[in-house]
Amino acid sequence: MARSGRLSEATAGRGLPDFLGRPGPTAYHRLNPLTKATIATTTAIAAVALGGLIGPAVLVAVAVVGPAIAAGVLRDLVRTSVLLALPIAISALLVNLFFFPGGEGELFRIGPIVATEEGLGLALEILARIMAISGAVTLFYLTTRPSDLVIDLERRGMGSRVAFVANASVQTVPAMVERAGQITDAQRARGLDTEGGVLRRLRGIVPIVGPVILGSIAEVEERSMALEARGFARPGRRTLLWAPADRRVEALIRWGLLAALVAVIALRISGRLP
Amino acid sequence: MTLTLTGVGYRYAGTSDAALLDIDLELRSGEVVGLAGASESGKTTLCLVTSGLAPRAIGGLLRGRITIDGTDVDAWPMHRLSQEIGIGFQSPASQLSQVAGTVFEEVAFGPMNLALPRDDVLDRTWEALETLVIRDLADRDPRRLSGGQQQLVAIAGLLAMRPAHLILDEPTAQLDPQGTRLVTEALARLAANGASILVAEQKTEVLAALASRTVVLEAGRMVLAGATGEVLGDPRLPELGVTPPAAVRLRHAARDAGLDARMLDEVHAGG
Repeated sequence: MARSGRLSEATAGRGLPDFLGRPGPTAYHRLNPLTKATIATTTAIAAVALGGLIGPAVLVAVAVVGPAIAAGVLRDLVRTSVLLALPIAISALLVNLFFFPGGEGELFRIGPIVATEEGLGLALEILARIMAISGAVTLFYLTTRPSDLVIDLERRGMGSRVAFVANASVQTVPAMVERAGQITDAQRARGLDTEGGVLRRLRGIVPIVGPVILGSIAEVEERSMALEARGFARPGRRTLLWAPADRRVEALIRWGLLAALVAVIALRISGRLP
Repeated sequence: MTLTLTGVGYRYAGTSDAALLDIDLELRSGEVVGLAGASESGKTTLCLVTSGLAPRAIGGLLRGRITIDGTDVDAWPMHRLSQEIGIGFQSPASQLSQVAGTVFEEVAFGPMNLALPRDDVLDRTWEALETLVIRDLADRDPRRLSGGQQQLVAIAGLLAMRPAHLILDEPTAQLDPQGTRLVTEALARLAANGASILVAEQKTEVLAALASRTVVLEAGRMVLAGATGEVLGDPRLPELGVTPPAAVRLRHAARDAGLDARMLDEVHAGG
């Protein structure tokens, strides 16, 4: 080491470790991340554009449930997407069921509030769209590492800084959740009560949110300096160690899905969809 | 390769007081220099200035000259300087890029940024992992490691840049005793292999184990400099806010009690 004045020397022939870019367990996992992102995006937008109950329901069956069964993630998909959609689904159901303007077919009554058939119909349509969106997004995350998508996009020409920001944004969420957990434990150890009623829980959040946010901000300067020290500010493209495989047929699928989405939107705008 | 600071002073942006004054320091190949001093004495500032991050990344006003083998590095961009001088910080977690899913990708992050040929990136990454004896961690998620392991990964990330000099700002400050031992042993291996390191430390035991020379700062000025044994044995050290190593404290206590300090050497040699 001392001979060349460098702290480490090159040694040849060790190559790319086999755990990088290891193929996924199922054919759906092994699809290119951009293909899976395209499926998720077109499914979510098409569900909104199609409207009604049948269209989004068919989309959920074909583009979400079917692939989830093939990928062996149906149970996780149902659990996660339901949890994801639950708050907005409940509010959509209640608002439409009880407050549908001009609804006449009474289903049941709670005091002065009337649940109507028309309201239930619209609520189910909205639920179908919500489930299509949350299901499509959840399926993507259950079968794709976000960093794989970023590497793929970087390979296709996305700037490395944009790629870093996109990747770091996704990765920061679990880091902040973990930090919040540590701070919660630390505050509990000092007597903070985070159990009990809603008001007590809300009061308990205040001494946790502050340290989480301030701690994250305090880390930013050191983190940015650490990035600078590792050549991050260098202009131009960077080396990629590997990139997810892509096939011509997948490119055709992506273009086909985008064309179908454009057609659905055009039909919706022209009023040819019910 | 020799990194030289001549008459260096530095003032942070938005402040009127100098954080560093009249620093003359030389870091030669194969030499480990320790940096001691109380909190706020200027250790971190000197690390930032020596690495080039101050003023390039954080602003401020720099005086004096910093040269590598006589060449002024003032106009070098950070990404060029980072291939000559690597810097590591106290917090292991904040040095991770946050975008790498494995330790291997984390260590490769720097060379990838330099747009080096892929094989070169791979060689540097394996080499750095092997140098720090953390090859077994290559497929692990860096965010799931202990603090000591994360610090080793951070140092490996610096080594993969193949710098001629390494600047470490209190690398064991946030580590438990086991993490401190892990990092100290790794740095000792680097030092034994001829690495050139400037290491700031509050833990003087770490300096005693690693550094051939030590510099003590007070209010941004160098107030003591010399062979580590002499500096860490200097009676003025506690006044400067630096706790001497346990062996030195024991020696002083023995002397104050009227005992012959050579007896301790015999006990040490016998033990």
